[in-house]
Amino acid sequence: MKELVVLSGKGGTGKTSIVGSLAVLARNKVLADCDVDAADLHLLLEPVIQQKHEFWSGQIAAIDEEKCTQCGLCQELCHFEAIEDFRVDPISCEGCGFCYHICPDEAITMKENLSGHWFISGTKYGSLVHARLGIAQENSGKLVALVRQQAKMIAEKQGATYIISDGPPGIGCPVISSLSGANLALLVTEPTLSGMHDLERVLGVCRHFGVTALVCINKYDINEDNTHQIESYCLSQGVEVTSKIPFDNVVTEAMVQGLPVVEHSDNSVSRQINLLWQNVAKLLAKS
Amino acid sequence: MIISIASGKGGTGKTLVATSLALSLKDEHRVQLLDCDVEEPNDHIFLKPVITHSEAVCIQIPKVNEKKCTYCGKCAEVCAYHAIAVPGEHVLTFPQLCHGCGACSYLCPEKAISEEGRKIGVVEQGYSDGVEFVHGKLTIGEAMATPVIRQVKEYANPDGVIIIDVSPGTSCPVVESIKDSDFCLLVTEPTPFGLSDLVLAVETVRELNIPFGVVLNRAGVGDNKVEEYCQGENIPILLTIPLDTEIARLYSKGVTLAEGMPQWKERFVGLFGEIREMVDERTRSLKR
Repeated sequence: MKELVVLSGKGGTGKTSIVGSLAVLARNKVLADCDVDAADLHLLLEPVIQQKHEFWSGQIAAIDEEKCTQCGLCQELCHFEAIEDFRVDPISCEGCGFCYHICPDEAITMKENLSGHWFISGTKYGSLVHARLGIAQENSGKLVALVRQQAKMIAEKQGATYIISDGPPGIGCPVISSLSGANLALLVTEPTLSGMHDLERVLGVCRHFGVTALVCINKYDINEDNTHQIESYCLSQGVEVTSKIPFDNVVTEAMVQGLPVVEHSDNSVSRQINLLWQNVAKLLAKS
Repeated sequence: MIISIASGKGGTGKTLVATSLALSLKDEHRVQLLDCDVEEPNDHIFLKPVITHSEAVCIQIPKVNEKKCTYCGKCAEVCAYHAIAVPGEHVLTFPQLCHGCGACSYLCPEKAISEEGRKIGVVEQGYSDGVEFVHGKLTIGEAMATPVIRQVKEYANPDGVIIIDVSPGTSCPVVESIKDSDFCLLVTEPTPFGLSDLVLAVETVRELNIPFGVVLNRAGVGDNKVEEYCQGENIPILLTIPLDTEIARLYSKGVTLAEGMPQWKERFVGLFGEIREMVDERTRSLKR
C-alpha cells in the first residue's frame, strides 16, 4: 500500500481539484481529506456518510468562581495570556494545565474539549475519510493524524493499493501531520511569484521529513516565464516536474456541477491529469 | 483601527487585497501591514520592503540540570504534551512537542529545570514606500505558528490603520491573527469551494464577535451562490473584483492592484470608508 499526499504551500493552487480527479483515475484506493479546517473534497465526490465520530482533543481550564480567592497567581503564570479578570479565555487557553496544578485554592478544573468530528463515507470512487474541525479549535494536527490512521486501517482491510490524501495549505502543524511517513508528496504550484516562494518552503518541509516530492505546475500558461523559472529551479533541486496543466475554466465548471474535472469532459486539463496520474503511479510503485 | 484580511479558502486573493489596501491608504493615513500568514508569507513579494529590524521568535523549553534532578517524575506528570519523560534514571525532553507553558520548570520540587529559548521563526520589520511592514516566518520543519503570529502582532501600533494578512483556514493561526480586530474582510470567490470555506470563515468571525464584510474576487468565474448566501445572511459584499487576465498577470508578477491599475486605488479608499462607517456604527451601538 502506497500513500500519496498532495500539498502546495500556497492555498488555491488546485490541490482539491486534482485529488478529485485522481480519485477517479486511481484504482483500488482509499481517499483522505487532510485539510480538516477547510475541507472541500467532499464537494466533488458526493460522499454518503457511513460513520460519524466525535473528536475529543485537549483540555480547557475552567475557574470555579466560588472557590477562587482572586489571588491572581494563574494570571501571572499563564504563558498564553489566557486568563484575565479571573476568567479563562477558551480561545487562548492551550490546555497545558499549569494553572490547574498551581492554584492554591484548587479552584481550577480541566475540561475535555470536543474539537470536531470525523467521518467515514462511501463514494462511487471508494471510501473517503474526512473531518471537520470545530470553529476556532486547536489540534488540527492531531485530527489529521487520526484521519490518516483511519484511512490506513480501511486501506489495510480492503487490501487497497493506494491512499490518496488532500493536504492543507501552509507548512505548519497540519501539513507536517499530513506529510510525515507518506511515500510521495505531489506539490501543486502555479506560476506566480507567491506560488514559487511557497513551493520552495513546502519543498523544504518535504526534505526535512525525508519525503520524496514531485511538482505539478497548474495553470502553467498564466505566466510562461515564471513556469520556465519553476522548471529550472526544480531541475537545480533535482525535483521532477511531472506535468503542466493549462488554465481552463472547465475546472470551475466541473466544480459547479460537483464533478471531478476528468468526469466532466475530455479536455486539455483532463488529459494532463491523466498523464500526471500515470507518472505518479509509476513513481509510487518504485517508492 | 485593525482590519484583518481572512478567507477560509486559500488562494482567493487575501494578499492582493491586503497589499493593495495598504498602498491605497498610505497617502492619507499612517498604515502598518502585518503579514500574519507566517507559514507562507507573501506580502513582501508585493511590497518589497527594506528590512530594518529582525528578531528571533523563541519558545521557552525545559533545560534539565541532572545534578539536581532526583527523577521524581513530577515534570512528566504535569506536562500535557508528553514533551518530557522520566524513564528510570533519565530525563528525556522532546522540544518539538513542547508548547512552552513553563509548568515543568515551575513545579519541579528540586528546581532542576530552567527554561531556554528554542528558535522557531523570525519576525522582520521594515518600510516600503510609506507603509510600515512587519512579517513573521515560521522556520521550515516547525509546527507551531501561533507564537510567531503573537510576536508579529506585538508590533501593532494603534495610532494608525493596521492591516493584518491572515493564513487560510479557520483554526488556531487564523483565530490568533484576527482576534482583537475591529473588522474582518473575508475574501472569497464565486465557486462551490469558495462558498463552502466562506461559510466556515463566517462562523469563525461570528464566534469571535468581529464585524465583517466580504470581498468577492474573480467575479464571473463560477455561479451566483456566494451572492445568494451573503444576501440571505445579510452580509455586505463591500468590493467586487472581476475575473480579469490583466489582474491575474499582474498578480503573477507580484504587482498590487494599487500600482498596476491605479484606478483601483479609489475603490480601495472607498472600501476603507465603508469599513470605517461600519466600525463607527458598531462603536456607537455598543455605547448605547
